[in-house]
Amino acid sequence: MAKPVHHQNHQEAITNDKTVFGFWVYLMTDLLMFGVLFAVYSVLHGNIFSGPSGKQIFDLPFALTETIILLTSSFTAGLGILGARSGSKNQVLIWFGVTFLLGLSFLGLELSEFHKLVTEGNSWQRSAFLSSYFALVATHGLHITFGLFWMFITMLKVKSKGLTPSLTRKLTLLSLFWHFLDIVWIFIFTIVYLMGVV
Amino acid sequence: MEQFILGRLTWDSLPHEWFTLGGTGAFATILLGVAIFLTRVKRWKWLWKEWLTTTDPKKIGIMYLIIAFLMFLRGGLDAVMIWLQQSIGTSTSPGYLGATHGYLSADHFQQIFTAHGDIMVFFVTMGFLFGLINLIVPLQIGARDLAFPFLNSLGFWLYFAGVVLINMFFVLGGQFGSTGWLAVAPLSELQFNPGVGVDYWIWSLQVSGVGTLIGGINFVVTILKMRAPGMSLMRMPMFTWASLMGMILVVSIFPILAMTMALLTLDRYLGMHFFTLDNGGNAMMYWNLIWMWGHPEVYVLIIPVFGIYSEIVSTFAQKKVFGYTSLIVAVGAITLLSFSVWLHHFYTMGAGADVNAFFGIMTMWIGIPTGVQIINWLFTMFRGKIIFKTPIYWFFGFVSTFTFGGMAGLLMALPPVDFQIHNTLFLVAHFHTMIVGGALFGIFAGFTYWFPKVFGFKLNERIGKYAFWTWLVGFFVSFVPLYILGMMGAVRRMDTYSPSLGWQQLFTVSLIGAGIIMCAVGLQILQLIVSIRQRNQNRDLTGDPWNGRSLEWATSSPPPFYNFAVIPEVHSRDPFWEMKKEGKKPIKYEDIELPKNTPMGIYISGFAFLFGLAMVWHAWLFAIIGIVGIICCVLLRTFDEDTEYVLTAAEVEKIEKKNAKRYA
Repeated sequence: MAKPVHHQNHQEAITNDKTVFGFWVYLMTDLLMFGVLFAVYSVLHGNIFSGPSGKQIFDLPFALTETIILLTSSFTAGLGILGARSGSKNQVLIWFGVTFLLGLSFLGLELSEFHKLVTEGNSWQRSAFLSSYFALVATHGLHITFGLFWMFITMLKVKSKGLTPSLTRKLTLLSLFWHFLDIVWIFIFTIVYLMGVV
Repeated sequence: MEQFILGRLTWDSLPHEWFTLGGTGAFATILLGVAIFLTRVKRWKWLWKEWLTTTDPKKIGIMYLIIAFLMFLRGGLDAVMIWLQQSIGTSTSPGYLGATHGYLSADHFQQIFTAHGDIMVFFVTMGFLFGLINLIVPLQIGARDLAFPFLNSLGFWLYFAGVVLINMFFVLGGQFGSTGWLAVAPLSELQFNPGVGVDYWIWSLQVSGVGTLIGGINFVVTILKMRAPGMSLMRMPMFTWASLMGMILVVSIFPILAMTMALLTLDRYLGMHFFTLDNGGNAMMYWNLIWMWGHPEVYVLIIPVFGIYSEIVSTFAQKKVFGYTSLIVAVGAITLLSFSVWLHHFYTMGAGADVNAFFGIMTMWIGIPTGVQIINWLFTMFRGKIIFKTPIYWFFGFVSTFTFGGMAGLLMALPPVDFQIHNTLFLVAHFHTMIVGGALFGIFAGFTYWFPKVFGFKLNERIGKYAFWTWLVGFFVSFVPLYILGMMGAVRRMDTYSPSLGWQQLFTVSLIGAGIIMCAVGLQILQLIVSIRQRNQNRDLTGDPWNGRSLEWATSSPPPFYNFAVIPEVHSRDPFWEMKKEGKKPIKYEDIELPKNTPMGIYISGFAFLFGLAMVWHAWLFAIIGIVGIICCVLLRTFDEDTEYVLTAAEVEKIEKKNAKRYA
């Protein structure tokens, strides 16, 4: 009852096709969830109640640093995918390793920004503006955390099993997810930080 | 420490009221009965292996239908309780069972209509539709399974976890949300509803909502990527088109619901201020967000049903569907336009005449493609030769009822009219006409139409027709009084009205209608029992009991677990009609790859249920256990390489030959 080889490739092609497509559909639903958060932020960003406004709490150089780190991580993820396409396990591990470290630094910076805001009394409970800011940026941060977790597990698998077709497909999905988070961050940087300070 | 483990659970949370004791007792009795039955017939292992861990969409579909039906009985019971309270309770009548008037306190009454709405929309109608789509769409497109079989199983079990969560308050807490089915803010905020009721609402819908979203993605990818060779989009059957449109709506709108509920959760659990009355919250935003989900949702409920009617009208008029392209364009238009009308649910909230006018115009526009659908069905029947069986009866019931209720909707689309009848019983009558006369009749129609395919024998025709007529009469007797009452100014969601208004007689008439509907449901249950007992006389031996046109009728009844031994090649619309004309061709069998059964869907949903329940009670330890459990199970699943098996060509041939002998 051995699997005929030509069927396996045929099945793989079909599986690739519908899995990647399905993941795109999921990414669009995730984008819609962020859309709601952006809509809520636009409605509520003026409701500062007795608390600070964006101008008073946003540090543009800091946000720019975060942005550059994340954009670079997207670039290194791309290099990792190039390595996967050319079948090089080492390239994949190195470049996704760099991506992981960059992502981790981004998270660290973001958490320090949150910590600063909370300790000075500007937590999410202070005003609707702060609630919507924290919800939007922290949701993005949670997605980044999940992505880092996913990246770590995938690297373990690549290290032990090499670049199988199934793992190559999973790397494609991971990189789609990572680039998607990068795009969302660009919107956050623009709408929240840049437009908040102007 | 105790707080970390048990949260706000106390001894008082256990059942001690007449309804919590009744509900818990009922569940316990049913579960005990099922357990005893399974033990006596020694079917535990069979149940686990063949049904609970399955990835076969035909079985998952049947499980959806069963759970949806059970929830239908629960939601119906809620409805009867509402009817009873409004008939026997007035603002001056005596009170029973601890109530001031009637037998339900005002708060309890509010919980009942809230639960009724959520159960009927989320767990009954969507459950039935997901069941039918699982059962029929893969067959219609010539596929063996959905795109993601494991996710299909997971989606069902998350739905089931939601079902258990929404019923859990009987056992723990005794309180459901009393905010109306959409839990609008600021009423649903901590300031006005700090108890567990709204939290039960949130978590049961969030958990099952993930299942719905997963299912929606699954169906979209299946229909777009797994059609048989030769089946272009414009050759798909109407039910598949309608399901595609409905599922595109699902994936577009459920993220909005999930996020809106999450924002409410953040307000309630972390003290945020999205919709609160203080610190800059904006309650109107909740209304906009929730109806941005809510309006397209009602189209999710009706669009697949339009597909069912297209199939039935075409089959029973023995003619191909009239205006296939215009039907698809119309359904597409409804799908798109459904996003542009949401404000008509709150004209009176103060957006101003200009804004109201825009939404009023868009709401009237959406009636046009709906009309196109109806006209196409009528023209399909024109010059056809109609076979009068139960499914087409349901269509006739639908077309008259839905048109009538739709007119009421068009009336309310006009803001100046709506200012008079907004939130009256006129509105309640309108949307029930749409959902019952439209969606529910369609589900009954689809159920009677496809029953022989799924179970292998036909339903009893005579009882089916009695059930239909009883439903139709019962529906009009219950809801026409509500239209009248609404016109006279009866506000919705009131547990008593003043007897001096002279309305009680109409409420009594409505209650009689409810009784007639209960008889109708009884007849439907009788039909099932009788049909099962007579199944050997009514076996479908050809796979094609109605002289159908689409591919599902090309399989045996019920189909083999792999659907098609050989994936058919499609050359036109109504491919089975063509196949019948061309006659049988010789078949060459091939190996088939199929997904294995898996219990992971059950385990993940079990942890999701635990998480939801723990969050309701603020029992953080168990919430963490729930999350960790989900993550571990998901990880285990991703490490599992062995998720499929091969059915060799020889085995396929053996099964096919055995089936052919049975159905010779």
